[in-house]
Amino acid sequence: MQAAEYEVRNNMLIIHLKADLDHHTALAVRETADILLARSKVKNILFDFTGVEFMDSSGIGVIMGRYRQVIFQGGRVGVMGVGKNVERIFTFSGLYKIVEQYETAEEAFVRPAKECLGNR
Amino acid sequence: MEKYDNEMRLTFQAKSCNEALARMTVAAFLTPLNPTLTELADTKTAVSEAVTNAIIHGYGEDGGTVELWCARKDREVFFHIKDTGKGIADIAAAMEPMYTTKPELERSGMGFSFMEAFTDELSVESAEGEGTVIKMRKVIG
Repeated sequence: MQAAEYEVRNNMLIIHLKADLDHHTALAVRETADILLARSKVKNILFDFTGVEFMDSSGIGVIMGRYRQVIFQGGRVGVMGVGKNVERIFTFSGLYKIVEQYETAEEAFVRPAKECLGNR
Repeated sequence: MEKYDNEMRLTFQAKSCNEALARMTVAAFLTPLNPTLTELADTKTAVSEAVTNAIIHGYGEDGGTVELWCARKDREVFFHIKDTGKGIADIAAAMEPMYTTKPELERSGMGFSFMEAFTDELSVESAEGEGTVIKMRKVIG
Protein backbone atom coordinates (compact mmCIF):
# COMPACT_ATOMS: atom_id res chain seq x y z
CA MET A 1 0.00 0.00 0.00
CA GLN A 2 1.24 3.49 -0.82
CA ALA A 3 2.01 5.56 2.27
CA ALA A 4 0.41 8.73 0.93
CA GLU A 5 -0.93 10.68 -2.03
CA TYR A 6 0.37 14.17 -2.71
CA GLU A 7 -1.32 17.25 -4.05
CA VAL A 8 0.02 20.75 -4.64
CA ARG A 9 -2.67 23.41 -4.41
CA ASN A 10 -2.46 27.21 -3.81
CA ASN A 11 1.12 27.31 -2.48
CA MET A 12 0.31 24.32 -0.31
CA LEU A 13 1.53 20.73 -0.35
CA ILE A 14 -1.23 18.44 0.85
CA ILE A 15 -0.04 15.04 2.02
CA HIS A 16 -3.03 12.68 2.08
CA LEU A 17 -1.79 9.90 4.36
CA LYS A 18 -3.10 6.48 3.36
CA ALA A 19 -1.56 4.16 5.94
CA ASP A 20 -0.44 3.95 9.57
CA LEU A 21 2.25 6.60 10.08
CA ASP A 22 5.12 4.64 11.61
CA HIS A 23 8.88 4.59 10.99
CA HIS A 24 8.38 2.55 7.80
CA THR A 25 5.88 4.90 6.15
CA ALA A 26 7.54 8.02 7.63
CA LEU A 27 10.66 7.27 5.57
CA ALA A 28 8.59 7.08 2.37
CA VAL A 29 6.63 10.25 3.15
CA ARG A 30 9.78 12.17 4.00
CA GLU A 31 11.47 11.18 0.73
CA THR A 32 8.57 12.06 -1.56
CA ALA A 33 7.61 15.24 0.32
CA ASP A 34 11.18 16.55 0.12
CA ILE A 35 11.34 15.96 -3.64
CA LEU A 36 8.07 17.86 -4.07
CA LEU A 37 9.21 20.66 -1.75
CA ALA A 38 12.39 21.11 -3.79
CA ARG A 39 10.56 21.00 -7.10
CA SER A 40 7.34 22.93 -6.50
CA LYS A 41 6.58 26.43 -5.28
CA VAL A 42 5.22 25.40 -1.94
CA LYS A 43 4.96 27.55 1.17
CA ASN A 44 2.77 25.58 3.55
CA ILE A 45 2.27 21.88 4.23
CA LEU A 46 -1.01 20.22 5.23
CA PHE A 47 -1.05 16.65 6.51
CA ASP A 48 -4.42 14.98 5.86
CA PHE A 49 -4.93 12.20 8.44
CA THR A 50 -8.42 11.26 7.26
CA GLY A 51 -8.82 7.51 7.73
CA VAL A 52 -5.45 7.08 9.50
CA GLU A 53 -5.88 4.96 12.62
CA PHE A 54 -2.34 4.91 13.93
CA MET A 55 0.69 7.14 14.41
CA ASP A 56 3.72 6.72 16.67
CA SER A 57 6.68 8.98 17.47
CA SER A 58 8.01 8.51 13.93
CA GLY A 59 5.06 10.61 12.75
CA ILE A 60 6.12 13.40 15.07
CA GLY A 61 9.58 13.27 13.53
CA VAL A 62 8.31 13.55 9.97
CA ILE A 63 6.00 16.47 10.81
CA MET A 64 8.69 18.35 12.78
CA GLY A 65 11.17 17.72 9.97
CA ARG A 66 8.85 19.28 7.38
CA TYR A 67 8.08 22.14 9.78
CA ARG A 68 11.80 22.96 10.00
CA GLN A 69 11.97 23.07 6.21
CA VAL A 70 9.20 25.60 5.67
CA ILE A 71 9.39 27.76 8.80
CA PHE A 72 12.43 29.76 7.64
CA GLN A 73 10.57 30.85 4.49
CA GLY A 74 7.60 31.91 6.58
CA GLY A 75 5.70 28.70 5.86
CA ARG A 76 3.34 26.87 8.18
CA VAL A 77 2.33 23.28 8.87
CA GLY A 78 -1.21 22.10 9.49
CA VAL A 79 -3.17 18.90 9.96
CA MET A 80 -6.73 17.85 9.15
CA GLY A 81 -8.88 14.77 9.62
CA VAL A 82 -7.14 13.80 12.88
CA GLY A 83 -8.94 10.88 14.54
CA LYS A 84 -9.02 9.94 18.21
CA ASN A 85 -5.91 7.72 18.27
CA VAL A 86 -3.70 10.16 16.39
CA GLU A 87 -5.12 13.04 18.45
CA ARG A 88 -3.75 11.44 21.64
CA ILE A 89 -0.25 11.36 20.14
CA PHE A 90 -0.50 14.98 19.02
CA THR A 91 -1.70 16.16 22.40
CA PHE A 92 0.81 14.11 24.39
CA SER A 93 3.76 15.26 22.28
CA GLY A 94 2.81 18.95 22.39
CA LEU A 95 2.88 19.09 18.59
CA TYR A 96 -0.13 21.44 18.54
CA LYS A 97 2.20 24.17 19.78
CA ILE A 98 3.63 24.41 16.27
CA VAL A 99 1.03 22.69 14.09
CA GLU A 100 -2.36 24.15 13.18
CA GLN A 101 -5.51 22.04 13.10
CA TYR A 102 -8.14 22.42 10.37
CA GLU A 103 -11.45 20.88 9.38
CA THR A 104 -10.91 21.20 5.62
CA ALA A 105 -8.11 21.97 3.16
CA GLU A 106 -10.05 25.05 2.00
CA GLU A 107 -9.76 26.80 5.37
CA ALA A 108 -6.10 25.86 5.88
CA PHE A 109 -3.66 28.76 6.39
CA VAL A 110 -6.27 31.38 5.45
CA ARG A 111 -6.22 33.13 8.81
CA PRO A 112 -3.07 34.41 10.58
CA ALA A 113 -1.13 31.66 12.35
CA LYS A 114 -1.66 32.85 15.89
CA GLU A 115 -5.46 32.46 15.58
CA CYS A 116 -5.13 28.87 14.36
CA LEU A 117 -2.63 27.33 16.76
CA GLY A 118 -3.64 24.96 19.47
CA ASN A 119 -6.13 22.21 19.89
CA ARG A 120 -9.56 23.62 19.15
CA MET B 1 -0.59 -25.03 36.51
CA GLU B 2 0.69 -22.93 33.67
CA LYS B 3 2.16 -19.59 34.58
CA TYR B 4 0.22 -17.65 31.95
CA ASP B 5 -3.24 -17.90 30.40
CA ASN B 6 -1.65 -17.48 27.00
CA GLU B 7 1.82 -16.89 25.64
CA MET B 8 3.33 -16.31 22.21
CA ARG B 9 6.65 -15.59 20.56
CA LEU B 10 7.28 -14.03 17.18
CA THR B 11 10.65 -13.48 15.56
CA PHE B 12 11.16 -11.40 12.47
CA GLN B 13 13.87 -9.65 10.50
CA ALA B 14 14.78 -6.15 11.63
CA LYS B 15 13.03 -4.49 8.71
CA SER B 16 10.77 -1.48 9.04
CA CYS B 17 7.90 -3.21 7.20
CA ASN B 18 7.67 -5.60 10.17
CA GLU B 19 6.71 -2.80 12.59
CA ALA B 20 3.12 -3.10 11.36
CA LEU B 21 3.30 -6.89 11.69
CA ALA B 22 4.36 -6.59 15.34
CA ARG B 23 1.54 -4.12 16.12
CA MET B 24 -1.11 -6.24 14.46
CA THR B 25 0.11 -9.37 16.23
CA VAL B 26 -0.10 -7.67 19.61
CA ALA B 27 -3.57 -6.33 18.81
CA ALA B 28 -4.75 -9.82 17.90
CA PHE B 29 -3.20 -11.26 21.07
CA LEU B 30 -5.16 -8.73 23.18
CA THR B 31 -8.51 -9.38 21.50
CA PRO B 32 -9.78 -12.02 23.99
CA LEU B 33 -9.51 -9.39 26.76
CA ASN B 34 -11.91 -7.04 24.93
CA PRO B 35 -9.64 -4.00 25.25
CA THR B 36 -11.08 -0.52 24.68
CA LEU B 37 -10.00 1.25 21.49
CA THR B 38 -7.73 3.47 23.57
CA GLU B 39 -6.11 0.51 25.35
CA LEU B 40 -5.55 -1.13 21.99
CA ALA B 41 -4.08 2.03 20.43
CA ASP B 42 -1.82 2.66 23.44
CA THR B 43 -0.48 -0.89 23.40
CA LYS B 44 0.14 -0.76 19.67
CA THR B 45 2.00 2.54 20.05
CA ALA B 46 4.20 1.23 22.88
CA VAL B 47 5.10 -1.94 20.98
CA SER B 48 5.68 -0.02 17.76
CA GLU B 49 8.14 2.28 19.57
CA ALA B 50 10.06 -0.63 21.07
CA VAL B 51 10.25 -2.54 17.79
CA THR B 52 11.34 0.60 15.93
CA ASN B 53 14.08 1.16 18.53
CA ALA B 54 15.34 -2.40 18.02
CA ILE B 55 15.41 -1.96 14.24
CA ILE B 56 16.97 1.51 14.10
CA HIS B 57 19.18 1.63 17.17
CA GLY B 58 19.77 -2.06 17.92
CA TYR B 59 20.76 -3.05 14.41
CA GLY B 60 20.82 0.01 12.14
CA GLU B 61 22.25 -0.90 8.76
CA ASP B 62 23.48 -4.30 9.92
CA GLY B 63 20.12 -6.03 10.18
CA GLY B 64 19.30 -8.87 12.55
CA THR B 65 16.41 -10.55 14.27
CA VAL B 66 13.85 -8.99 16.60
CA GLU B 67 11.91 -11.12 19.05
CA LEU B 68 8.49 -10.18 20.37
CA TRP B 69 7.22 -12.17 23.33
CA CYS B 70 3.73 -11.64 24.73
CA ALA B 71 2.00 -13.27 27.64
CA ARG B 72 -1.15 -12.63 29.61
CA LYS B 73 -2.41 -13.57 33.03
CA ASP B 74 -5.94 -12.47 33.88
CA ARG B 75 -6.07 -8.77 32.91
CA GLU B 76 -2.29 -8.30 32.90
CA VAL B 77 -0.38 -8.39 29.64
CA PHE B 78 3.40 -8.58 29.34
CA PHE B 79 5.44 -7.64 26.29
CA HIS B 80 9.15 -8.17 25.80
CA ILE B 81 10.91 -6.83 22.72
CA LYS B 82 14.39 -8.18 22.34
CA ASP B 83 17.28 -7.57 19.97
CA THR B 84 20.86 -8.82 19.99
CA GLY B 85 22.28 -5.65 18.46
CA LYS B 86 24.49 -2.83 19.67
CA GLY B 87 22.92 -2.28 23.07
CA ILE B 88 22.38 1.06 24.80
CA ALA B 89 25.44 2.71 26.34
CA ASP B 90 23.50 5.05 28.63
CA ILE B 91 19.96 3.86 29.34
CA ALA B 92 19.08 6.88 31.50
CA ALA B 93 20.02 9.29 28.69
CA ALA B 94 18.16 7.20 26.11
CA MET B 95 15.02 7.46 28.20
CA GLU B 96 15.18 11.26 28.48
CA PRO B 97 12.37 12.92 26.52
CA MET B 98 13.59 14.38 23.21
CA TYR B 99 16.94 12.58 23.46
CA THR B 100 17.97 10.95 20.21
CA THR B 101 21.19 9.66 18.69
CA LYS B 102 19.63 9.69 15.22
CA PRO B 103 18.47 13.25 14.46
CA GLU B 104 19.39 12.70 10.79
CA LEU B 105 16.65 10.08 10.65
CA GLU B 106 14.24 12.64 12.11
CA ARG B 107 13.77 10.63 15.27
CA SER B 108 11.81 12.74 17.72
CA GLY B 109 13.34 11.20 20.83
CA MET B 110 9.90 10.46 22.25
CA GLY B 111 9.87 6.68 21.90
CA PHE B 112 10.56 5.84 25.55
CA SER B 113 8.23 8.63 26.72
CA PHE B 114 5.41 6.99 24.77
CA MET B 115 6.25 3.52 26.07
CA GLU B 116 6.21 4.89 29.63
CA ALA B 117 3.00 6.88 29.15
CA PHE B 118 1.04 4.16 27.39
CA THR B 119 1.87 1.16 29.60
CA ASP B 120 1.75 0.50 33.34
CA GLU B 121 5.36 -0.58 33.75
CA LEU B 122 8.49 -0.29 31.65
CA SER B 123 11.98 -1.60 32.19
CA VAL B 124 15.02 -1.70 29.95
CA GLU B 125 17.88 -4.17 30.15
CA SER B 126 20.80 -3.58 27.86
CA ALA B 127 24.48 -4.35 27.50
CA GLU B 128 26.74 -2.83 24.89
CA GLY B 129 27.49 -5.29 22.11
CA GLU B 130 24.96 -7.78 23.44
CA GLY B 131 21.59 -6.20 22.82
CA THR B 132 18.52 -4.83 24.52
CA VAL B 133 15.33 -6.15 26.04
CA ILE B 134 12.44 -3.77 26.61
CA LYS B 135 9.87 -5.16 29.05
CA MET B 136 6.42 -3.68 29.39
CA ARG B 137 3.38 -4.59 31.44
CA LYS B 138 -0.09 -3.29 30.83
CA VAL B 139 -3.35 -3.93 32.65
CA ILE B 140 -6.37 -4.18 30.37
CA GLY B 141 -9.74 -3.17 31.79
